[in-house]
Amino acid sequence: MTAPLTITVNGQPRTVAASPWRRLLDVLREDLGLTGTKEGCGEGECGACTVLLDGAPVCSCLVVAGQADGRAVTTVEGLADGPLLHAVQRELVARGGAQCGICTPGIAVCAAAVVDGGACRGGDARAQVRELLAGNICRCTGYQLIVDAIVAAAADVERGQP
Amino acid sequence: MSAPSGPVGRSLPRVDGVAKVTGAARYLDDLPLAGVHHGVTVRSTIAHGTFDGLDLDPAFDWSQVVVVTADRLAWGAGLAAGGFGENYVAMIDRDQPALVPPGGRIKHVAEPLALIAAPTKALALAARAACTPRQTARPAVLTIDDALRADVALYGDDNVFKQFLIRKGHADDDEFDLAMVAAAQIIEGTYHTGAQEQMYIEPQAMAAWKDGAVHVAGSMQCPYYVHKALKVLLGCEADDVVVAQTVTGGGFGGKEEYPSMLAAHCVMLTAAVGAPVKMVYERDEDIAATTKRHPARVRHRLGLDADGAIVAIDVDVVFDGGAYLTLSPVVLSRGVLHAAGPYRAPVVRVRGRAVATNHPPHGAFRGFGAPQTTFAYERQIDKAARALGVAPWAYRTRHALRPGDTTATGQRLEHSVGTDEILAAIAKVAGPPPARTGENAHGAPVVRGRGYAFYFHGAGFTGSGEQRLAGKARVVARADGTVAVLASSTDMGQGAITIFAQLAADALGLPPSAIVVPDPATDVVPDSGPTVASRTAMVVGGLVERAATALRARVEAWAAGAGVAGDFTARATAMIAAGVGLDAHGALGETVQYEPPPGIHWDDATYTGQAYPCFGWAGCLVDVEVDRDTHQVAITRCVHAVDVGKAINPVIVAGQIEGGTVQALGWAVLESVRYKDGKVTNASMTNCIVPTFGDVPDLETIIVECPYPYGPHGAKGVGEIPMDGPAAAVANALEDALGVAFDHVPILPEDIARALAGAS
Repeated sequence: MTAPLTITVNGQPRTVAASPWRRLLDVLREDLGLTGTKEGCGEGECGACTVLLDGAPVCSCLVVAGQADGRAVTTVEGLADGPLLHAVQRELVARGGAQCGICTPGIAVCAAAVVDGGACRGGDARAQVRELLAGNICRCTGYQLIVDAIVAAAADVERGQP
Repeated sequence: MSAPSGPVGRSLPRVDGVAKVTGAARYLDDLPLAGVHHGVTVRSTIAHGTFDGLDLDPAFDWSQVVVVTADRLAWGAGLAAGGFGENYVAMIDRDQPALVPPGGRIKHVAEPLALIAAPTKALALAARAACTPRQTARPAVLTIDDALRADVALYGDDNVFKQFLIRKGHADDDEFDLAMVAAAQIIEGTYHTGAQEQMYIEPQAMAAWKDGAVHVAGSMQCPYYVHKALKVLLGCEADDVVVAQTVTGGGFGGKEEYPSMLAAHCVMLTAAVGAPVKMVYERDEDIAATTKRHPARVRHRLGLDADGAIVAIDVDVVFDGGAYLTLSPVVLSRGVLHAAGPYRAPVVRVRGRAVATNHPPHGAFRGFGAPQTTFAYERQIDKAARALGVAPWAYRTRHALRPGDTTATGQRLEHSVGTDEILAAIAKVAGPPPARTGENAHGAPVVRGRGYAFYFHGAGFTGSGEQRLAGKARVVARADGTVAVLASSTDMGQGAITIFAQLAADALGLPPSAIVVPDPATDVVPDSGPTVASRTAMVVGGLVERAATALRARVEAWAAGAGVAGDFTARATAMIAAGVGLDAHGALGETVQYEPPPGIHWDDATYTGQAYPCFGWAGCLVDVEVDRDTHQVAITRCVHAVDVGKAINPVIVAGQIEGGTVQALGWAVLESVRYKDGKVTNASMTNCIVPTFGDVPDLETIIVECPYPYGPHGAKGVGEIPMDGPAAAVANALEDALGVAFDHVPILPEDIARALAGAS
């Protein structure tokens, strides 16, 4: 019997009696019911399972639950403040950045970390998005409208607009 | 585009947008299913041979595991007698077994031989690893040439699933030869295009359970295809099985026919286990086992007169259909119907064949046969311009089809021909080509070039297909004041439910927020036909508009007589309260069925007439930059002008164009499915790569609107055409840059290195 894990998930401390060797992705989806985090490939290529671990984007299929013990995890369910969407979420909806939506949680989580960190502003904002989001694959959009949305969200954040 | 007055033509946010950005949208694997077991598939490991039986490791604990082989099931008994119907995944033909029985023939390396269910996926996977199929290998057919040689027979005695012959302007081969011989010069080429993986990010996923009827839910494009296949598999009546689409994470054709296979497997397992069963493919299995774009070989001859006009076109198309017939005849049909391209030619001969091999079956993928033949003819047209010393866009401008011209099948183009608008749109923004040589951002020496392509794509089903299909849609007003659009068209990300809401709202004079579009389930929605063939906006959208218009007329006629004022909702609610003309659910509804536009004539025997109700038109400009050291190709500019008739929602249309463009650019320079001994050797996202954010430039998308008179507000197809042409534009740009012809895709750095070594 292994000791329970304590993970702060979307701001709430959660105790999970799970093997530390299970994938964080599975603990989030199966034990905590947070199915917003998606599995696209299981090998860290597609980025659909991206969550923030102490604020940094990681592929939750490549992180074992034990690595998250005592740390903070943010999933797509934790981006919005109640009904108030994060700027990235709002702009993805407004600008057509989500189509089938299966990659969208990972992209929203990664982009939120990036724009909240002050990136994707200025003259080369679009190039920054393309570099910083290169670990998230979208097969529907051709990326154009997602880049539009993230650049707009970065501008929103810079202006202090939630 | 003029400013819209109603909801149509406005870029309203998609109705499922908030659910998708917050993670609230539930895909199949997200749904709670009490007591669900997890299903996995035991597959063959040889390309051709016999399944001799299944060995189970006696050291493994099988107590919680159910293993199903086809010989354990009561075939022919039918569902009512507790058994099954026929062991086939019924599509066009009934040649593909749902599960190869012991003693049966293995035709590809991913044949399902046995099914396993267990309370956890980990246990199911462990059990699969403890299963060893016994197999006897036979020589396999792995190339188009071997298939045509037919030393090993896989289908009939010639291995040909289907063939077509189109003749225009000649009666027989002798007459054709006379026309070609009269040409001043002949441009000739053989073009090879590779398999392409759809790579939807949500893998194939399905669940089944029994609750009175047999229920199946999952990720799919065509609930009624699955329904039809299950009626055959189960040996039951239509009402005995209910199929529902769940939120679908991408399809692109990959969830057109293949989901019937998963549905069959889930149904078999749920019968054996007596509990709900779900199957969610691992990515490697999804890449290895499911359908891909047909690899193709296209031989193309273009006969030109002294002025460069086309006097004759001769095309021979062969598609590798893989082990079973699946949809190959239909894919081939679209391939040959587009093979001569949108150019004037008095004499055309197109021969097409889809052949059987021991590859896993190839199938539907956006473009559906047209990208393969488009690549060939747009390389040919470019070579013709080059041979004549004419600028490539000028050559296309001179010889492209215009109203009054006829296509290869003799279809006279009368309306909705976007040629001039497309040509002008590209010419307007083209600007000067990039500097021939220079350095890239990393300081490496590069050589640059520009390429073009011009193409068309038939919208809707071929020939009399829409009439045969007779799709239906229903619009209902309910007592709670909502209006529902009932159609079997699925939203797999392309925005179908949003544009249906816009069309219905427009026809009813309501805000789109008043419209709901329920998830399609076969016990709720009529059969509107499959979600394929660039037909959803044009054909099913038209049905939605007509049904809504009819419903409004009925309600307004009653309201006028009854003296009820207000908007549609107020009047419909009053009519429902008055109990007038209600359906079995206490709602007011109108169902309409497809009616062909006037004057459509198509002859399936001779392949002549109006192949499609109308065509979309498109032009693409691509600039490339080739690293002289690594031979890596960077696409530095891509302009894509697409005539969609009418953009019901311009942002959704742009998203369709851009998504298709990037899939096409990926097919051109990145996406390579590699086979060895009939098996995919790069079955993972690590090495079966698709474009990332960093692989494509900012796209320049131009929406052109040449309305189709019989489409809703003039709309025609948009889903597939963006996939058709960009690969040829890339190859043309590479020839421009390097002076070497590339007649295949994908064009990888090693191909460029080889070609340059050969040229020097």
